[in-house]
Amino acid sequence: MQTFDLEAQGLRNLNAALQSQSKDTNQTAWEIVNAKGSHAIAVGLDAPIEVTVKGSTGYYCAGMNKQATVRVHGSAGPGVAENMMSGMVIIDGDASQYAGATANGGTLVIKGNASSRCGISMKGVDIVVHGNVGHMSAFMAQSGNLVVCGDAGDALGDSIYEARLFVRGSVKSLGADCIEKEMRPEHIEILKDLLERGECDAKPEEFKRYGSARKLYNFDIDNAY
Amino acid sequence: MKDDHKGAPRTVPIQSATFSNPTNAEIRRAAATGIYDIRGGGSKRKLPHFDDLLFLGASISRYALEGYREKCDTRVVLGTRYAKKPIELDIPITIAGMSFGALSGPAKEALGRGATMAGTSTTTGDGGMTEEERGHSNKLVYQVLPSRYGMNPDDLRRCDAIEVVVGQGAKPGGGGMLLGQKISDRVAKMRNLPKGIDQRSACRHPDWTGPDDLEIKILELREITGWEKPIYVKIGGARPYFDTTLAIKAGADCVVLDGMQGGTAATQDVFIENVGQPILACIGEAVRALQDMDMHREVQLIVSGGIRGGADVAKALALGADAVAIGTAAMIALGDNDPKWEAEYNALGTTAGAYDDWHEGNDPAGITTQNPELMKRFDPIEGGRRLNNYLKVMTLEAQTIARACGKNHLHNLEPEDLCALTMEAAAMAKIPLAGTNWYPGKPGSSY
Repeated sequence: MQTFDLEAQGLRNLNAALQSQSKDTNQTAWEIVNAKGSHAIAVGLDAPIEVTVKGSTGYYCAGMNKQATVRVHGSAGPGVAENMMSGMVIIDGDASQYAGATANGGTLVIKGNASSRCGISMKGVDIVVHGNVGHMSAFMAQSGNLVVCGDAGDALGDSIYEARLFVRGSVKSLGADCIEKEMRPEHIEILKDLLERGECDAKPEEFKRYGSARKLYNFDIDNAY
Repeated sequence: MKDDHKGAPRTVPIQSATFSNPTNAEIRRAAATGIYDIRGGGSKRKLPHFDDLLFLGASISRYALEGYREKCDTRVVLGTRYAKKPIELDIPITIAGMSFGALSGPAKEALGRGATMAGTSTTTGDGGMTEEERGHSNKLVYQVLPSRYGMNPDDLRRCDAIEVVVGQGAKPGGGGMLLGQKISDRVAKMRNLPKGIDQRSACRHPDWTGPDDLEIKILELREITGWEKPIYVKIGGARPYFDTTLAIKAGADCVVLDGMQGGTAATQDVFIENVGQPILACIGEAVRALQDMDMHREVQLIVSGGIRGGADVAKALALGADAVAIGTAAMIALGDNDPKWEAEYNALGTTAGAYDDWHEGNDPAGITTQNPELMKRFDPIEGGRRLNNYLKVMTLEAQTIARACGKNHLHNLEPEDLCALTMEAAAMAKIPLAGTNWYPGKPGSSY
């Protein structure tokens, strides 16, 4: 286990050390202490290492992550795991706005609640939120899966493309072109796997599925207002 | 025809200036289709522009340089504020961001070839980085756009500079559109969207909002790329003083400022023609912001929007810019809107020089299309050669003017070398009206 004191050693040294790990590194376990809400912790990683952050993080923790597993023992600020490509990010607490924004792959697990715009423009990531998500979540979501074990706020899935949304609780309102869809057996299987990976013991049968009505896919003046 | 006026004089039919033929045609088109007009390009209206400025030249009070023999340097270094590896260019004329998707792969390749031969940079666009342009561009600027189509850390690390696009001159405050006709298998895959659907690019970034957020976003990009790459912030010509100030505050190495003449792949005509300011009105305000922050020349200013020749380059630099970017002009150099395709332009209901339905994907010149048959018409090697020629001519022209003003570097051109032909240009550029030492709003004057 490599322990890194962020306050003492600085952000640049931290990210440089983590980014320099190769795929066959022996230094696979890292612990970051004194995070103290710093921004851009563990960004741009590209190795199968495990990073544990003790404490809460600021903006963009684990941004553009590839391969690495990043676990935050605390809450995460805005844009956690933004544009993640692969790997896994787990937040033990809550996540602020834009969690998993534009992420292409990997898995983002939020054990608490996520704020507004969770999964905005997501492009293939799987996001599992144990609690609630705020308004405009999955806005323009392109692909991937968003699982919400609690409730969803206003305008869920506004202008959504091909992403799948699974919500166990209530949905305050659906955004433009987002509709409830039939939960078929294959979706139960997909959700079962997502819940397992998301360290969540909820039952897939308790969820409803939402997705695109595909009426905004090509311009139509009748949809313009 | 029977004349009921019995030979008496008649009034001449007068077309309303307000309800002109084009205006009325647009009303009829809107009434028939129910859809606003979408087109490519920048503003087509007549605007105060670089044509409204002149250089004074040298005489007794200023010492000219010999036109062909004396050195007039053109090099520029971009990104000197924070980046470990600033970009060094041979000429201060860069290629603006144009997306793969809007342009074909070979067209992007040609931009890379031409720019590289001329010693300058090219820029990706709202569709990610293609191998064609990375492979053929010695210096490539990678755009971070609201859509983040194709964005990934590997391309971020293999670019030479990063450009965070907040806005563009054709549509400050607007997002992009790439209509379904141009969404081929390859474009769809790069953007992670179904084939054939309209692709909307958001007008705001998904993971930051105000200038304080932008500062943190720039920090993240620097951390991912080891503080090596220059980071530009691109803004449309909305509020250039404040936007430039905030971009500098957020930590930009360079500010890219695009006036309303700057082109777009596709946007509503009403947006292009009615939102934003002409570049002439923007440069002085951006320079003032840089000077007020004591950052002029430390944060470099790249301006675009209607740059057509070496005189425009020289004027932009004289007003305080460090470099310019060209988009529409580069496309024309490649062969866009060439009269040799006139019959085909006519078949599309337009004419060479006016063709702007780039979003429909039927470009006879094979540049703004994803149609494989049309793309075959465009030779990227020849296109690159033409672009290089054009960039060289622009540079020679700018040097000619600079030497005539007694400058041994294009960056030594200054506002004092200019006069304005019109009151509007004088007011916007804060350059004295020709024959006077005054411009509207000049401090100390009562006008």
